[in-house]
Amino acid sequence: MSMVSTTLSGKASASKASNEAFFWLLFSAGGVVAAVLIPIQLFLFGLAFPLGWLPEPSYDHLTALLHSPLTRIYLFILCSLPLFHWAHRFRFTLYDGLQVKHLNEAIFTLCYGGALLGTVLAAYLLWNL
Amino acid sequence: MTDQMLINQGTTDQAARSEFHPRWYRERVSTWWWLGEWHYLKFILRELTSLSVAWFVVLTLFQLRALSHGLAAYMRFTNRLASPIMITLNLIAFCFVMFHTITWFNLAPRAMPVRMGGKRVPEFLVAAPNYVLWIVVSAFVAWLLLRTP
Repeated sequence: MSMVSTTLSGKASASKASNEAFFWLLFSAGGVVAAVLIPIQLFLFGLAFPLGWLPEPSYDHLTALLHSPLTRIYLFILCSLPLFHWAHRFRFTLYDGLQVKHLNEAIFTLCYGGALLGTVLAAYLLWNL
Repeated sequence: MTDQMLINQGTTDQAARSEFHPRWYRERVSTWWWLGEWHYLKFILRELTSLSVAWFVVLTLFQLRALSHGLAAYMRFTNRLASPIMITLNLIAFCFVMFHTITWFNLAPRAMPVRMGGKRVPEFLVAAPNYVLWIVVSAFVAWLLLRTP
């Protein structure tokens, strides 16, 4: 009996470990994308254009850029991977910061559910543009 | 392998399920443990950069939606971005994102120490290519958006 439960928990923890590796890979890929691309994107669209520091690209210019499949792939990656980066980092922030162990599974589901939802939305929007 | 399983059983998440596990004495740590020291605060601030990353993605999704709804919708979107509250939020988010970028790039030499001729290459030299790539990519994105077609 004890042997059976040991084997089961051993298997469970092994598959958990490989899942963690997968999520960590998404985290780190998203971390790279976020580090390289978000500062310039946020600086231009969030600060420089609204404050008039730089001439804002016209609607036509943006839609012309969006016609290219490369731009859409770029935007899909820009939205999706950083969300998985967020999901990983934020769930550990909540685990460690708040120490609410009984809520850990709910936190996990909310974080990755959110990342997945954002990814689906990005795909939908970019597909229908 | 069995040893590994036994060790696994000893870890926290298994503890609840094992019958004869000793109860550990643990002092309750305050929720605000990270406020006392700059080192801990820096760690938590770095962890919180993920919120700015998520904020940016949500903003981008709204932007794409506005773009797909036509010129008038996009104008409404850009007008909203120019409001003081959005400028403030984006300024805060930008600072956090920069913090993420710098800490992320500077982590590379620690995660992957490079050796050359038996000597360890200085950390700033290992991190340098990250910054070069970052500047080149940023310049390219800015050029794509700013050039007049």
